[in-house]
Amino acid sequence: MANAVSANQKWWSGGRSPFNVEYGKLMMWYFLMSDAFTFGAFLISYGSIRFATNAWPDPNHVFSSFPFMGHTHLPLVFVSLMTFILIMSSVTMVLAVGAGHMKDRKGVIKWMLWTILGGIAFLSCQAWEWTHLYHQGAWWGSNPFLNYDNTQSTTNFTNFFFTITGFHGFHVFSGVVINIIMLIMAINGTFDRRGHYLMIEKAGLYWHFVDLVWVFVFTCFYLF
Amino acid sequence: MENSHGHVSHGQTADSHDSGHGFDTKAIWRTFWILLVITCIELIVGMFIAPRFPHTTKVWFNILYIIFTGAKAFYIIAEFMHLRHEIKNMIMTIAIPALLFIWFIGAFLWDGDSFKNLRNTLDPHHKEATQKPVAPAPAHGTEEHLK
Repeated sequence: MANAVSANQKWWSGGRSPFNVEYGKLMMWYFLMSDAFTFGAFLISYGSIRFATNAWPDPNHVFSSFPFMGHTHLPLVFVSLMTFILIMSSVTMVLAVGAGHMKDRKGVIKWMLWTILGGIAFLSCQAWEWTHLYHQGAWWGSNPFLNYDNTQSTTNFTNFFFTITGFHGFHVFSGVVINIIMLIMAINGTFDRRGHYLMIEKAGLYWHFVDLVWVFVFTCFYLF
Repeated sequence: MENSHGHVSHGQTADSHDSGHGFDTKAIWRTFWILLVITCIELIVGMFIAPRFPHTTKVWFNILYIIFTGAKAFYIIAEFMHLRHEIKNMIMTIAIPALLFIWFIGAFLWDGDSFKNLRNTLDPHHKEATQKPVAPAPAHGTEEHLK
């Protein structure tokens, strides 16, 4: 019982993982660190440009539509629904990880299916939002909105919006693809043969990271 | 030390990981409710409260949003990503590099603000052009054009 956990554990004396984490999971954490700095660079350049500009469009005016509601003024409601969908799919992802801990294959399959569904729902919402803005004349290089004080706005606003939400949407898309691969592997019994479901945890870390980035995108574009 | 050498295997890492911290479904749902409530408060503040105040007070609402965002980020990382339950050394290899963001955000926003002020001082034409309202505002039902 050399590996029994005690208060004076010598983590670095060899014979065990000093971080008590499997290698792949640790590397997923470090990949997510680098990805966080990529997103950070995007969002901070947006902030830098915004601080360098005299006025900016009012998000309550720009993002005020909801599907099938015509021209009603419902600022933030649709994007809050998107936030809710993503948080919900994060919860189902944790439940899939939990089922994996108990080597419960059926549970993993069920919760992975819900997570994939949540990801697809989020992407559909984003597709609707982009289409709606495109029909209003907003796209890379084209900004139909005025600033909050009715002065002329620049295309920086739309360029940053579509680039950053697009980069995030691409992450969600890759997350859905990864989750589908995990689902197929779980159905095929790959993890049962391996004896552990650690791959679900690694995919889960990526999926939560996508949710985490959305929290910041939500604040930076829709609230500020 | 030498007797632990023979025990290193992939399976053992996974096993010790399983028993190291149990899975707590209750904590997950508590985290979910916290995130949901914070998002709802942000929605109510952004939709109903902030628009009633003049634009000059926006900075105070932004500080409020930053606090809420930080809280949400903490709960996602600590509970959903399970980082709070890892070993302290491992947490530090994530948390310490993340401190770079403090410099990163501060330096670049400061730089942007400085650029704006210098340009407004040195280029009066730019200042005038960017502060002149564009013809009649389109009707979108905000208070300014009702006056």
